[in-house]
Amino acid sequence: MKHIRNFCIIAHIDHGKSTLADRLLEFTKTVADRDMQAQLLDDMDLERERGITIKSHAIQMNYTYKGETFTLNLIDTPGHVDFSYEVSRSIAACEGALLLVDASQGIEAQTISNLYLAMSNDLVIIPVLNKIDLPGAMPEEVKDEMVDLLGCKRDEIIHASGKEGIGVEDILNAIVDRIPAPKGNPDGELQALIFDSQFNSYRGIEVIFRVVNGRIRKGDKIKFMATGKEYFAEEIGTLRLDKQPKEVVDCGDVGYLISGIKVAKEVKVGDTITQTVQPSRQPIQGFEEVKPMVFAGIYPVETNEFEELREAMEKLQLNDAALVWEPETSAALGFGFRCGFLGMLHMEIVQERLEREFNMTVITTVPSVRFEVLTTKGAVIQVSAPSEMPDPSSIETIEEPFIKAQIITKSEYIGSIMSLCMDKRGILKNQVYLTADRVELQFDMPLAEVVFDFFDKLKTISRGYASLDYEFTGNRESTMVKLDIMLNGERVDALSAIVHRDKAYEWGKKLCEKLRELLPRQQFEIAIQAAIGQKIIARETVKALRKDVLAKCYGGDISRKRKLLEKQKKGKKRMRQVGNVEIPQEAFMAVLKIS
Amino acid sequence: MHLYLHIPFCRQACHYCDFHFSTDLKPKTALVEALCREIGLRKDYLPTNRLETIYFGGGTPSLLTEAELAQIFETIHRHFTVAVDAEITLEANPDDLVRSASGPDPMGRFRKYANRLSIGIQSFHEPHLRLMNRAHTAAEAESCVQRAREAGFDNLTIDLIYGVPAGGHDIWKTDLDKAIALDVPHISSYCLTIEPGTVFGNWLSKGRLNAPDDAFGAEEFNLLVEALTAAGYEQYEISNFARPGMEARHNSSYWKRRPYLGIGPSAHSFNGLSRQYNIANNARYIRSLQKGEIPATVEELSRADQVNDYLLTSLRTKWGCDLTELTLLAGTDFQALRRKELNRLYGQGWLALDDRTLRLTEAGKLFADRVAADLFVMTDD
Repeated sequence: MKHIRNFCIIAHIDHGKSTLADRLLEFTKTVADRDMQAQLLDDMDLERERGITIKSHAIQMNYTYKGETFTLNLIDTPGHVDFSYEVSRSIAACEGALLLVDASQGIEAQTISNLYLAMSNDLVIIPVLNKIDLPGAMPEEVKDEMVDLLGCKRDEIIHASGKEGIGVEDILNAIVDRIPAPKGNPDGELQALIFDSQFNSYRGIEVIFRVVNGRIRKGDKIKFMATGKEYFAEEIGTLRLDKQPKEVVDCGDVGYLISGIKVAKEVKVGDTITQTVQPSRQPIQGFEEVKPMVFAGIYPVETNEFEELREAMEKLQLNDAALVWEPETSAALGFGFRCGFLGMLHMEIVQERLEREFNMTVITTVPSVRFEVLTTKGAVIQVSAPSEMPDPSSIETIEEPFIKAQIITKSEYIGSIMSLCMDKRGILKNQVYLTADRVELQFDMPLAEVVFDFFDKLKTISRGYASLDYEFTGNRESTMVKLDIMLNGERVDALSAIVHRDKAYEWGKKLCEKLRELLPRQQFEIAIQAAIGQKIIARETVKALRKDVLAKCYGGDISRKRKLLEKQKKGKKRMRQVGNVEIPQEAFMAVLKIS
Repeated sequence: MHLYLHIPFCRQACHYCDFHFSTDLKPKTALVEALCREIGLRKDYLPTNRLETIYFGGGTPSLLTEAELAQIFETIHRHFTVAVDAEITLEANPDDLVRSASGPDPMGRFRKYANRLSIGIQSFHEPHLRLMNRAHTAAEAESCVQRAREAGFDNLTIDLIYGVPAGGHDIWKTDLDKAIALDVPHISSYCLTIEPGTVFGNWLSKGRLNAPDDAFGAEEFNLLVEALTAAGYEQYEISNFARPGMEARHNSSYWKRRPYLGIGPSAHSFNGLSRQYNIANNARYIRSLQKGEIPATVEELSRADQVNDYLLTSLRTKWGCDLTELTLLAGTDFQALRRKELNRLYGQGWLALDDRTLRLTEAGKLFADRVAADLFVMTDD
């Protein structure tokens, strides 16, 4: 056990985590040059393209230092607030962390919250200043920040460049020198922490774990303590570039388990593996069921593709345990699914994976958070879709989820960020200068407001500088109303939204205006109305189309014109009809773009 | 068979025009040379080499000199037989017909080679002519027809533009009165469309021009049809009106699925099974032809393409769309295939069936594209 080191890398998106990980793998000869592919650990195409890590991975390296060979387990972590629980479990599996900070950018919000998480788990932090080769690097300023934050000594900070391979050996030496070996009782009852899983279409779910106490042997009968399910350890081993089957994974080490599990849902990150014979009495602390925070309907663009969409969703769920869904019907959109996501990025990823991996184009409806409605009869109802909202007369109170939002920015953007957050019903709770020109702002905000393009706006007004992290703080009473949209008097269920009363008027007006732009003109006038209950709060009109004929149709016009009309007709086929009004799919997405 | 020649030069650019042209006249000689080479290379494109119509479009074909016209016609006659009664049309601008300051009177050379003139009058209203950046004046618009007649042209057509988003319907009514007074046998009239890449397109995106309103355009279309019908013209195509027997033979070929050969940059050709179009760039067109290559993109027409082309073009005409022909092209009973849409369109009062021929009603003419598209055969049907 004294030759094992378990560590993770804490870094903000773009600060070079994946590139540095690649260098570590190269230097330790874990991967031969010929197998090298940029960002090796990000094996989803989507991850490589976006340059972010969505799912975490683990990989083992051997490193010889002062004549002794050490086993280093790198536990990679996702870098987005949507996946903060997965990050917390990865951190719980480590004794140390590399804190990687971009020398030209400084510390960001996500980094700080993960760093605090690591420190509260008593991880040893190795500060690394990355990208020191960049012309824009400000090593001294960023080092000041790191010293302030960690209380470390300046000379403890390692200078590195993942791109140029600078500092790689120093980092490896520091991992061995500074990070303690795992503690634990090799002869105790088995306790292994599940911190990740991945889907293999031939062998089922591969469970990634860290042995905390005891050891796990091939052929053991095992039990997952939270789900209570029992399995047979068909294959265990350690993770190199490929899986290396072993007879035993010892106390303190990281490994994988294959036992024929078909559904990702059975494998819960944070769960404890023990043996059925002499089981552990206590699970490892910190297990939580991952709760979806954002909900939206997903519908096939072509109504007859519902079954294909169901199949795609089922397959997606095999390796995305956080995704939950149930069938839902909409008068406007037909058959589809009500889905729960960890956050907006997770929602985007699901949508993109449906498109890329299953070739399914989908319509996503207005995202919503989960409200708690107390009815006049004293019942508490969970509402995560406008259609579930009871009639206003039977509502006593509505509570909505609030978050603590932590934003780090350059001080010149404070003004615009404050007005954005206040517009989003945020209340400033704290303001701390990290350096002369970098500020940390803390807001109390309703999650519902962050769901609508808050992040994009924040990035735009701060020219990409501001970073955001948030955590759920609890539910609070709010005056929410259900806002409906009607087209020629017919309610379009897929365009309804639950919004704060103070913002309903503006919301309704903007949505009507946006719809006026997006609805194609028809031979009759279309009235677009926004309503709360029976009360109309906004109205726009799409004028009737008076002609649809192009003036010229000569030899050179025919091909172009036919193609144009064919394209329009294809678009029309994808439209949904409510009453006599045709609605293009962009209209259903318009809500996301109106604020 | 039908031959089209594209003359891609103009003295100045009209603000609405998105046809291919250049105001750089220097390569004109080289271009005429290239046109002649293309004619020689493509003499066998059409099923026969007998030409019933020849059409010089542009651009501004009236910019061609006597020598250039002679060279082109010498080439045409070398490779084709031109029918004795062939319709030979030349597009001309009023200023080219009226002003003779530069060189000899142009009417002589036009009369020598063409028997039909298509005059781009567009408007008799001076502010509209200026707005559209036309080269002629309102006075020239009115006098050019007389000049053409004096030179011996009886077979004349004029172009008019309506729906100009500046001023009210009075301007268009006056234009129509003036056009009718000229008593020409044929009138083409187009609603102004703002195309991207034109000056108007640019102005529209910058808010310097009001977007033409479709209700305004529809009203002017109705005024047009009313006035010309009352004056004895027949609307034989959405935008074309003729006295009995004076329909444009060349343009009608486009709507009747007849093969045509298009020569020159950006010109399109059709041989029944495929369409092809030349590159819309004078320099590259010339360079290709100098190497003996035709710079064309070919588009093979699927069954569906052929059906849709036929619907699109034939429904615009008084001859209508023949169900037997449609069924032959579609390879299946078209009426059965599109029963639901057909019934809806009859019910809407946009389409009528008479003796196995589909025709647009008066109301349907304003929605010709919608009707055609509703009947289109799609590959994923």
